[in-house]
Amino acid sequence: MSSPSGTGAVGAAGPLRQRELLSAAEVARIVARMAHQIIERTAPEPVVMVGIPTRGVPLAHRLADRIREFGGPAPVVGTLDVTLYRDDLRRRPTRPLRATELPAAGLDDALVVLVDDVLYSGRTVAAALDALREYGRPRAVQLAVLVDRGHRELPIRPDYVGKNVPTSRDEEIGVLLRETDHTDAVMLRAYDRGQR
Amino acid sequence: MRHLLTTTGLPRKTVTALLDSAEALKQSLLGREVRKLPTLRGRTVVTLFYESSTRTRVSFEIAGKWMSADVVNISAGGSAVVKGESLRDTALTLTAMGADCVVLRHPASGAAHRLAGWVAAHVINAGDGTHQHPTQALLDAATLRERLGDLNGRTVTIVGDVLHSRVARSNIELLITLGARIRLVAPPTLLPWDVAHWGNALASTDCDWPVTVSHDLDAALPGSDAVMMLRVQAERMHGEFFPSGREYAISYGLTEARLGLLPEHAVVLHPGPMLRGMEIAHSVADSPRAAITEQVRNGVHVRMAVLYYLLAGRDDQAPGEEQV
Repeated sequence: MSSPSGTGAVGAAGPLRQRELLSAAEVARIVARMAHQIIERTAPEPVVMVGIPTRGVPLAHRLADRIREFGGPAPVVGTLDVTLYRDDLRRRPTRPLRATELPAAGLDDALVVLVDDVLYSGRTVAAALDALREYGRPRAVQLAVLVDRGHRELPIRPDYVGKNVPTSRDEEIGVLLRETDHTDAVMLRAYDRGQR
Repeated sequence: MRHLLTTTGLPRKTVTALLDSAEALKQSLLGREVRKLPTLRGRTVVTLFYESSTRTRVSFEIAGKWMSADVVNISAGGSAVVKGESLRDTALTLTAMGADCVVLRHPASGAAHRLAGWVAAHVINAGDGTHQHPTQALLDAATLRERLGDLNGRTVTIVGDVLHSRVARSNIELLITLGARIRLVAPPTLLPWDVAHWGNALASTDCDWPVTVSHDLDAALPGSDAVMMLRVQAERMHGEFFPSGREYAISYGLTEARLGLLPEHAVVLHPGPMLRGMEIAHSVADSPRAAITEQVRNGVHVRMAVLYYLLAGRDDQAPGEEQV
């Protein structure tokens, strides 16, 4: 999970209400559309798709597969764990570390597309930008997210958005992907104030 | 996790979380020009060493520095300890100056445990007498996992001065937690009393105690997935434990011929410092079967993972129990 209250973490009591925002078919269609948008904006330059664990990684692979399928320049896919760069480590229990795997050639002068499942406060992306800097100086960095739920706390703006979902802070967006959750869906979960 | 004092009773999921994190750290620092992470900025780590050490102290220092912690090194020889200050007073002084974490090496068994009761800082045991050296066991496990994969059902043979070895004690318990079986090979004088039945005394272990003891190295080597050579700790030997160094080397040294008795995939470990020609032959120490420099390299990443789990987050939780 890359965004603290963006996805995952169902409280012990479970959500009060939840409803499906996107079905599996809709997720597939949205990923295909985002792939087209990426080709449109970046071709013929090949991009490096960098997924942010957990669910940004399978999304990055899916986008790369679609881009190849649609005849775009074949992207390289990498993984970037931003945990060690977060500014909120001290505020919450220790997070497990995930692998970081970036192209051996480095990121200098590359066109990087960061991929995450949910964009919320923007802090994960800010940490990712800090982390990327340690691996090289990309020509440009773009951001692709499946769901933008608003409530930005930093001046960060996505370049490719699957779906804009206005939410309240009490709600939670749960992105489920086959690779991690055995099914594709996006859920909106509502909690009572104070329950979380 | 608040302190790391011992491998006794360390749950498997905690061990696995630490080893996984160390692997992730190693992997993400691989081939990087700038080996610096901002994670522990503003935190102060003090290494307090009452015994001489190169690798452990430097390893902790590098681990802390790569994560941007401020690391202060104190060795007993150059401190107020020589004026007669007690461990408790020294530690209280250091924490009063803002140490968030004290890494302690001390000749007395149990020193780190006592210290953890005295100070508010996190305490890491970097070796206490003949008791425990948990980060050494973690780095050995990390190295074995890298070479052998899952340690469940593997046989690790530990050879030499088990009696005085905190490395052996930490490793036995950690490796058993990870599912390995242990063979101890040593002269009878260098084995702790009744070590084959320690499991009965450890109420915390829910498994049996898969430790066998023998005095015949040649018989133990075939069928070992790894062999861990221990240093002969002359500084702790106040008596005659074996007739001569040469006789010890003949009976218990890992020679080239003995290397041939090991299965093809078996790994040779040594916690260092090595006494070449005594417990391990020159050619064996430098052979590709030996993972001795890998152990040292993994030590930095394992200690980074330990510092991360102790200092980075809120400390109300053990590794492996994160809400994901």
